[in-house]
Amino acid sequence: MIRGFAVLLSFQLAGEALSRALHLPVPGPVIGMALLLLALQLGAARGEGLRAVATGLLSHLSLLFVPAGVGVILHAHLLASQWLPLAVSLVASTAATLAVTGWLAQRRGPGEEREETAP
Amino acid sequence: MIVTRLAEVWVYLAQTPLLWLALTVVAYAAADALHARLRRHPLAHPVLVAAAVLIAVLAVSGTPYPEYFEGAQFVHFLLGPATVALAIPLHRELGRVRARARPLAAALLAGSTTAVVTAIGTAWLLGAPRATLVSLAPKSTTTPVAMGIAEKLGGLPSLTAALVILTGILGGVAGPALLRLAGVRDPAARGFALGVASHGIGTARAFQLGEREGAFSGLAMGLNALATTLLLPAILRFLGL
Repeated sequence: MIRGFAVLLSFQLAGEALSRALHLPVPGPVIGMALLLLALQLGAARGEGLRAVATGLLSHLSLLFVPAGVGVILHAHLLASQWLPLAVSLVASTAATLAVTGWLAQRRGPGEEREETAP
Repeated sequence: MIVTRLAEVWVYLAQTPLLWLALTVVAYAAADALHARLRRHPLAHPVLVAAAVLIAVLAVSGTPYPEYFEGAQFVHFLLGPATVALAIPLHRELGRVRARARPLAAALLAGSTTAVVTAIGTAWLLGAPRATLVSLAPKSTTTPVAMGIAEKLGGLPSLTAALVILTGILGGVAGPALLRLAGVRDPAARGFALGVASHGIGTARAFQLGEREGAFSGLAMGLNALATTLLLPAILRFLGL
């Protein structure tokens, strides 16, 4: 558990350092995710020790967004001053993005066998 | 007597990070239990409910947000390691990702462009000024990326931060039902769409649907951060903004 957490923090640190040093347009943790994926693929990091801590963090990922969610009040006046265009834009754009992405993503790739789909 | 005593205790507790950290976790645990009781009704989304309760508590107690964040930052910090941890489910799904690399790449490019163009287009039709349009444009990407883009292109980064969170909650609340309506039933595609449209909060929702949904959503979130960063300046130029 603690080793898994140490691995996650180390990869985040490496990602953060790379992102800063090379002025990459992607945040440090996302670079860290890519680096850890690479390490797992190359067999340089073991999945088993990480699984417990990863499952713990990811099964309650929603919790981690609560402080940022509360932070929306900081901008209440900005949001209220233009609520109509903002609300319409968010709803329409989120719906359109979900549909377009979902439709294209479920087309089968060549050579991929059929698999069970959600009911 | 007891009231002054309670007030003293409150003053003491309010100065330590423990109070707001504990209240954040308790509010989430309660919201999550409620969500389960209501058979995961989308409107009882735990981020929405917990944040609403905490906003009310802050308002009633007259607590400014920075004071709240002193405690809540410990939870907030874990977003970093959690993002890195997305590599683990992704590692197991990588074969599937490779097999459908082309449809996923097409979905990413089309989804990322749709997010930007429809956000700008609808707000422009309703008369929003340029700064608002630019602040809206990166709303489907993860917060640090979105704020960076908004700042560079002349938007308001703090407005963008709020819009990003609202987009995430919207996708988390309505996403699964909307995808079902749109006929998207494949787990990987559902996850991928949630990640492109509503970043980490969509990914959190995707993990509740299943581990495959979660893995593809995390992948989509990371890729969309990159795609939006690269595409958005060109789209704005094309639209003459």
